[in-house]
Amino acid sequence: MAQVHLNDLHKVYPNGYEALKPSSFHIEDGEFVVLVGPSGCGKSTLLRMVAGLEEITAGALKIDDKVVNHVDPADRDIAMVFQNYALYPHMTVRKNIAYGLQNRKVAKDEIARKVDEAAEMLNLGEYLDRKPSQLSGGQRQRVAMGRAIVRDPSLFLFDEPLSNLDAKLRHQMRIEIKALQRRLGVTSIYVTHDQVEAMTMADRIIVMNAGRIEQIGTPEEVYHRPASTFVASFMGAPPMNLLPGEIADSALRFAGMELEGCGREAGPIVFGVRPEDILPDEDGALMLDVEIVEELGAHRLLHGTMGGEQVTMHVGKETAVSTGPLSVSVVPEAVSLFDPDSGLRLS
Amino acid sequence: MSEANAAAMAAATLSTPSKGRRIKAGTVFDHLILILGALFMIVPLIMVFQMTTVPDVEVIKTGPSFKIGDQLDDNFNKAMFEASGFSGKNTGTNMLLNSFILGIGFAVGKIVIGMMAAYAIVYFRLRFATLAFWVIFTTLLLPLEVRILPSYEVVQRLGMLNTYQGLIIPLIASATATFFFRQYFRSVPEELVEAARIDGAGPVKFFVDILVPLSKTMIAAMFIIMFVYGWNQYLWPTMITTEEDMFTLVRGIKQITQVMEGNRIPEYGRANLLAIIAIIPPVFVVIFFQSWFVKGLTESDK
Repeated sequence: MAQVHLNDLHKVYPNGYEALKPSSFHIEDGEFVVLVGPSGCGKSTLLRMVAGLEEITAGALKIDDKVVNHVDPADRDIAMVFQNYALYPHMTVRKNIAYGLQNRKVAKDEIARKVDEAAEMLNLGEYLDRKPSQLSGGQRQRVAMGRAIVRDPSLFLFDEPLSNLDAKLRHQMRIEIKALQRRLGVTSIYVTHDQVEAMTMADRIIVMNAGRIEQIGTPEEVYHRPASTFVASFMGAPPMNLLPGEIADSALRFAGMELEGCGREAGPIVFGVRPEDILPDEDGALMLDVEIVEELGAHRLLHGTMGGEQVTMHVGKETAVSTGPLSVSVVPEAVSLFDPDSGLRLS
Repeated sequence: MSEANAAAMAAATLSTPSKGRRIKAGTVFDHLILILGALFMIVPLIMVFQMTTVPDVEVIKTGPSFKIGDQLDDNFNKAMFEASGFSGKNTGTNMLLNSFILGIGFAVGKIVIGMMAAYAIVYFRLRFATLAFWVIFTTLLLPLEVRILPSYEVVQRLGMLNTYQGLIIPLIASATATFFFRQYFRSVPEELVEAARIDGAGPVKFFVDILVPLSKTMIAAMFIIMFVYGWNQYLWPTMITTEEDMFTLVRGIKQITQVMEGNRIPEYGRANLLAIIAIIPPVFVVIFFQSWFVKGLTESDK
């Protein structure tokens, strides 16, 4: 178990590409932190720097109060699960799991005991003598997990471990990984580009974009109080509606609607509202021209335009809907306001 | 189902085998080409074999014929166990042994050196790794024949004439093997290296525990090519070995047919039999490693 401190961690590749702008954060003991962002945002680079697979250009990385910038990956007391599992194809499952222990000169019977223990935890018992090529994707992923847990590391690193699995299996493994982490209580950093994974698994989410941390917070915070328009549009499916509006006379005006009491200086503004915070309301001041109804079984998504802007709205399955104009209102507390130039949240 | 229908079906099932048995003109033509090709390859070998069964005098008199004589046994004994030349030890078995040492030493050496060079080029951040690779690659343009005099001089000054190391070491650096292993290593996923690093495997351990077992099909493929290449070396052993007990088979056969001085008839039967024996080991190596060979060059088992 370990705490991880990042102080102004910075990565510039030899070709001058700045993969990670100086970033700082702190991970508590036993915490499950998810790094999420679009591809190329630097999240994998950050993880690989923590693992010791990428050199740190500047800044300090501390695991349990020990600066490990120049410590070899093998000596950082970490275990990593890779996207394509990275199992050794010529070794049996047993050998794959045991390899790290063998290299650390653990006694033979101790290795055998630990491997069996890990195999049982992951339901791999009957596959121990098979080669990775004889296993399904989910089983391979479990072997990769086994390889990680058998070492009792103080830090787990996951690099998009579920992205090669099909949707159903992904869902199942998501829960398994989370449960396993809870049970073992090991501090974990998990990288993904899938915001659903981030929302469901994380104790805290770190949203990254273009080598920069956009927001750090619990899933609720990130979802309900996004720190920037980027976070607002990246998290949530469908994303938050972002609409250009205006503040005049200390009220928000948009397409004929007024929202009182936001007490801001007059001027242009971007206001964001989640699809589920738009409600059908016969007396509503807003008019949504519904063009497409997306049927999802448990609920429906209405896509249309409002004041010339594309808007998505979320309604329960019991609400009768049809295309055409619909009167709606917005939950005032649920509105987020952003600066139109910087995209940052105004609170 | 009506009876007529059933009858029609029965007729159909009956007619299919006869259809299959009808031989197409195209198939005959294909086989003809294959048979001709096979004959073209095998007939000289059969002729050589025929000549090992008759006395040498007859070979001189009539050349190859259809006659199978009774000299095979005699020739085999002579070829394998009787020394020719001036010193005592260059029997067939001795030459066979020398050839094996050259072939295997050559193949193993090339594979080891090639693999290690490729490992360095692919996995280590060397300053001029790519340049180094292309320099190695251009040595393909400088085969042994081009640099044979300087190579000879180096070997001679090192006092390695008439030694196995003199036969093997100067030929051991291989651009071909380095190239093939480089291409192969580049196709090994990088995450495997990283997983091994986190698992605490250093460079040597990674090479021995993971890269070498992963490359075994490639190693087999290289072994075939290099063994046959080494086995068939003629020019280099001719230069380096002057003592008769260092002769390899390929070299020794030539030696035997050359004894024309005096009134002796060249020992054709013996030479021909040695030629056949010289073919056998490469053939076995190819047959034994064949399936691996194909896998190594085509499939990537990762």
